[in-house]
Amino acid sequence: MTSTRETTVTTQVYRVHIKATPEAIWDAITKPEWTDKYGYGGRAEFDLRPGGAYRGLASESMRSAGAPEVAVDGEVVEADPPRKLVTTWRMVMDSEMASEGFTRLTWEIEEGQGGVTKLTVIHDLEGAPKLAALVSGEMEDMGAGGGWSWVLSDLKTLLETGKPLEG
Amino acid sequence: MIWGEILGLTRDHKVTYGVGMTDDDRVFKALADSTRRFLLDRLFERDGRTLTELEAKLEMTRFGVMKHLRVLEEAGLVVARRSGREKLHFLNPVPIRLIHDRWIDKYTERRVSALAELKTELEEEMA
Repeated sequence: MTSTRETTVTTQVYRVHIKATPEAIWDAITKPEWTDKYGYGGRAEFDLRPGGAYRGLASESMRSAGAPEVAVDGEVVEADPPRKLVTTWRMVMDSEMASEGFTRLTWEIEEGQGGVTKLTVIHDLEGAPKLAALVSGEMEDMGAGGGWSWVLSDLKTLLETGKPLEG
Repeated sequence: MIWGEILGLTRDHKVTYGVGMTDDDRVFKALADSTRRFLLDRLFERDGRTLTELEAKLEMTRFGVMKHLRVLEEAGLVVARRSGREKLHFLNPVPIRLIHDRWIDKYTERRVSALAELKTELEEEMA
């Protein structure tokens, strides 16, 4: 084998174009009343400064199914509204994924032409193969949701039509 | 474009970038080529590859592979990112997910309305 580094394999990149302002997308990522409306749902709590805490709470339906209060935890690394948000990210709802430790999640928001904004999610999943399977959507048949591509598809639908995909 | 009708897409679902070409047009055009599907398969096996790696298994000039990658990038199916001196190519499944989710939505809608019709018919029969 040649000089391919392991890190290139463990990063996942997702991109979607959304007809919305960068500010609207920033709010949808960071404000609890928005994060509850798409993807896995649940309210997000951010202390938007370097070193600030991040908690992704389990949605009501997850909690009624027995989930703990906190689904994801982490720390803000960089917050540059409405352009860039970097946090550490650990799934604590599942003990095996929790034991894989913190991964690194980056949201990049770039304004384009005609009111269309480019949103890119970069998830560095080094040392977290179980979480990598979850966020890639591989476990969707097991009822674990479709990962980032599902979350972003739902976010696009919500921001462009005012309604999430289901319901 | 007939796919829009088949998928039952409404206007507000489509975001037009170029003249007369929608996001979906670009995705279907990009997928309608075996070399480009092969490139996507290679990225699915292992993501974040360089051009040199991607061209290794293709009997094609470097320029030819670059052209195919550009079509995939324009369709949003591949995202290229710099990592040090290297340019790495990542598979972006979101455009396919968007089409998938709209199909599922459409079918769910149709199934729901078919059930509603059946219910009405049964209730009418009973009355």
